[in-house]
Amino acid sequence: MQRIGVFVCWCGSNIAATVDVKAVAEALGKEPGVVFFEDYQYMCSEEGQNKIKNAIKDYALTGAVICSCSPRMHENTFRKAAAAAGINSFMVEIANIREQCSWIHKDKVSATEKAIVLGRAAIAKLHLNAPLTAGESPVVKRALVIGGGIAGIQTALDIADAGFEVDIVEKKPTIGGKMSQIDKTFPTLDCAACILTPKMVDVAQSEKIRIFAYSEVEAVKGFVGNFNVSIRKKARYVDEVKCTGCGLCTEKCPQKKVPNDFNLGLDQKRAIYIPFAQAVPKIATIDADYCTMLKTGKCGVCSKVCTAGAIDYKQKDTVLEEQYGAIVVATGFNPIELTKYDEFAYSQSPDVITSLEFERITNAAGPTGGTLLRPSDGTHPHKIVFVQCVGSREDGNGCGKTYCSKICCMYTAKHAMLTREKYPDTEVYVFYIDVRTPGKNFDEFYRRAVEEYGVHYIKGMVGKVSPENGKLMVRASDLIEGKQLLIDADLVVLAAAIEPDKSARPLATMLTASMDTNDFFTEAHPKLRPVESPTAGIFLSGCCQGPKDIPETVAQASACAAKVIGLLNKDKLTCNACVAHPDEMLCNGCSTCEKVCPYGAITYESKEFRMPDRTTRIRRVASVNPAVCQGCGACTVACPSGAMDLHGFSNRQIMAEVDAICK
Amino acid sequence: MVFSYYPGCTLRTKAKELDRKARLAAKELGIELCEVPEWQCCGGCYPVAKDEIATKLSAVRTLMAAKEADRPVVTVCSACHNVLKRVNDDMKNDPVISDRANRYLQNEVPYQGEAEVLHFLEMLRDKVGFDRIAEKVTKPLTGRKIAAYYGCLLLRPGKVMAFDDPENPTIIEDFIRALGAEAVVYPYRNECCGAYLALEDRDSVKKKSSAVLNGAKAGGADSVITACPLCLYNLQKCGGEIPVLYFTELLFEALGLE
Repeated sequence: MQRIGVFVCWCGSNIAATVDVKAVAEALGKEPGVVFFEDYQYMCSEEGQNKIKNAIKDYALTGAVICSCSPRMHENTFRKAAAAAGINSFMVEIANIREQCSWIHKDKVSATEKAIVLGRAAIAKLHLNAPLTAGESPVVKRALVIGGGIAGIQTALDIADAGFEVDIVEKKPTIGGKMSQIDKTFPTLDCAACILTPKMVDVAQSEKIRIFAYSEVEAVKGFVGNFNVSIRKKARYVDEVKCTGCGLCTEKCPQKKVPNDFNLGLDQKRAIYIPFAQAVPKIATIDADYCTMLKTGKCGVCSKVCTAGAIDYKQKDTVLEEQYGAIVVATGFNPIELTKYDEFAYSQSPDVITSLEFERITNAAGPTGGTLLRPSDGTHPHKIVFVQCVGSREDGNGCGKTYCSKICCMYTAKHAMLTREKYPDTEVYVFYIDVRTPGKNFDEFYRRAVEEYGVHYIKGMVGKVSPENGKLMVRASDLIEGKQLLIDADLVVLAAAIEPDKSARPLATMLTASMDTNDFFTEAHPKLRPVESPTAGIFLSGCCQGPKDIPETVAQASACAAKVIGLLNKDKLTCNACVAHPDEMLCNGCSTCEKVCPYGAITYESKEFRMPDRTTRIRRVASVNPAVCQGCGACTVACPSGAMDLHGFSNRQIMAEVDAICK
Repeated sequence: MVFSYYPGCTLRTKAKELDRKARLAAKELGIELCEVPEWQCCGGCYPVAKDEIATKLSAVRTLMAAKEADRPVVTVCSACHNVLKRVNDDMKNDPVISDRANRYLQNEVPYQGEAEVLHFLEMLRDKVGFDRIAEKVTKPLTGRKIAAYYGCLLLRPGKVMAFDDPENPTIIEDFIRALGAEAVVYPYRNECCGAYLALEDRDSVKKKSSAVLNGAKAGGADSVITACPLCLYNLQKCGGEIPVLYFTELLFEALGLE
């Protein structure tokens, strides 16, 4: 028989105003096994905790029931207090009489009655509690960062700075991500390359960081502290060690008609290429879809001109197996496809472009050398229309996104301002639904575009863009003037919504990390744990978690690094003590639990059993990895033979609670 | 191939040529069009009021007749097609409308949008195939430059009509090319002609319709084709000097019919 103490908290007036706490304590004092009861204003205070500790010692309690707030709030506090007084911390039960009682009821009589019932259930459960000990698992002191954009770069640099090893896996031939394609950055208008490329060089030079560029994560096994990851290094057909990045091959390759994806297809590159001058690693890559040698076996020009002998047409993909303690997702974003927005004639005219294409056209390293020219005829546009919210903030029935893409208002203001600055003879119109510029120095920036640079901001949406006689006729509404407008523009720039990279969804499946309906990774808590995934050991950096600009991305990337460092700093991790465990004699090996386990904690093994008739038999039974199990209980419900049970929340304990409530 | 055929009121009065030439062309292509028995007016205009079912009932009766006959119901008139298709969508996807309509009609077996609603052009594209039509053409319209005018009703609402990309459709251009003519693509082909404003605000209609025809003319078209009697009326009355024809007239001609 347990010796139980009951401690009823007033929580100031939070509980005491609606629940008669003294009556609750007295009623519960009459329950079997209860040898002590007390009520106090703030049980969580030091004085309150001392009351618990003293009672445990003075009355030789074996367990404590605390009638207070939600266990999410203070379970840990009371467990620690119990442990300090010398009893197992899992011998503490919380009856939530605040969130589930006093806060939601008005009538004191019935609320008191309910509080007593909740306390009774906790006592009934505590009678069946047993001391539990949490296991420990070691931590591999290396982190994996998936994605080498500014988010991944910053996270990797910060982790390396703390002295831990980091690997970056990037699917493109170079790190740098979207930021390397951008011309200037708001709100200070410094050149993106000038602030990004030094960081890329830092990554390359760091002794703690390895870059697996042109590689993808193929499989993830294991759990927090002990992830086993398969990484596919795609064949570049160039020896990474031998290539010096001189670029001679990229000048001599006769295959010149390859769309240049770094410039978003606005110009062409060779079949062997280095994406841009500051690429890291600066190694040439052969595009197998276009290389004449790889397709027909006749060419070999690059191999002939390469003085380092780095070209290897026979190179194959290789798969690396690596171990990590923590994984950071930094897979980033892409602008949405605009094929379904043909009212803006994106597919009908080369002079209708996306904002990212506009970045390339204005970038000194871009296809026009930084001169703003129309893609169709290379002339200077004298009238430019920017359309915001293309595919953002839709009602959910259309083909776009319901969310605000967040960055478009600011970069459109930047584009408009820079255009007016460099080409004062160009008229610039911006059509908007709302202008949203919260952020340090952001609204000032936007107002400068309107007030100093004379950009025409018009509230209203563009209804149709029609290419006519070399012009783009833009029909739009001005909601403030209540007028229909017809503008003969030379260039139309669409602020396309951004969405998570397509690789995010399969990656989330591999990591068993949760996502929202828009394929953004979900954080463990929207306010209080914004850089962690609910899956232990998985961290989130940058736009994979939601739309973000560069300052926010870098802030989140560093926050993410801090969380990773905190994890890698530990030698051992305390596992969850409330884990599932099968009764092997009842388990029939049906695999139901394995299928429902969201964490991949359950495997099956063949074990030898001694049978009642003294024979031995090999049976297939479930086995739970206590380091991975989060104690969700899905398996205990799914198990058809009732073999699976949860420590601390056994079927018997739950039934005892139900019985106590229904009594 | 046998289809139920719903001509609609306008094809019996103002748009007789649309009807006559559709039937003859279909016959030539080996398609049997069986007129829906005792059909009634489609309602003329899809009622957008959510609590109104009486004006949808005649369309439901036609759809039920098509289900009964167990074959798709084909229309030529854009307006009828729009009403039938949208009412059918309601019967399939809006439980409130479907339930009320079925109760009112005292249907023993409720109608739940089982019929397939096809526009004549969809039938040509999906059931016959434009390549087969090209084979059947005996008098190809070589050298003619023809502009398609879609109007609103065939295309929108895009998700329900599922006719073609509402912003950049291609079906009528493909049809024109199958007949051997050159298709003129111009930006106003999916803009409104002014529709019923013809009754009270002729200036607006003039503005809209002349934009359409001027656009087609600027693209070098010698004629414009449409599937909608109201569009044809507006374009002819208010548009300009380019001839505006029904698409079935073109098909009739290219198939060498007299």
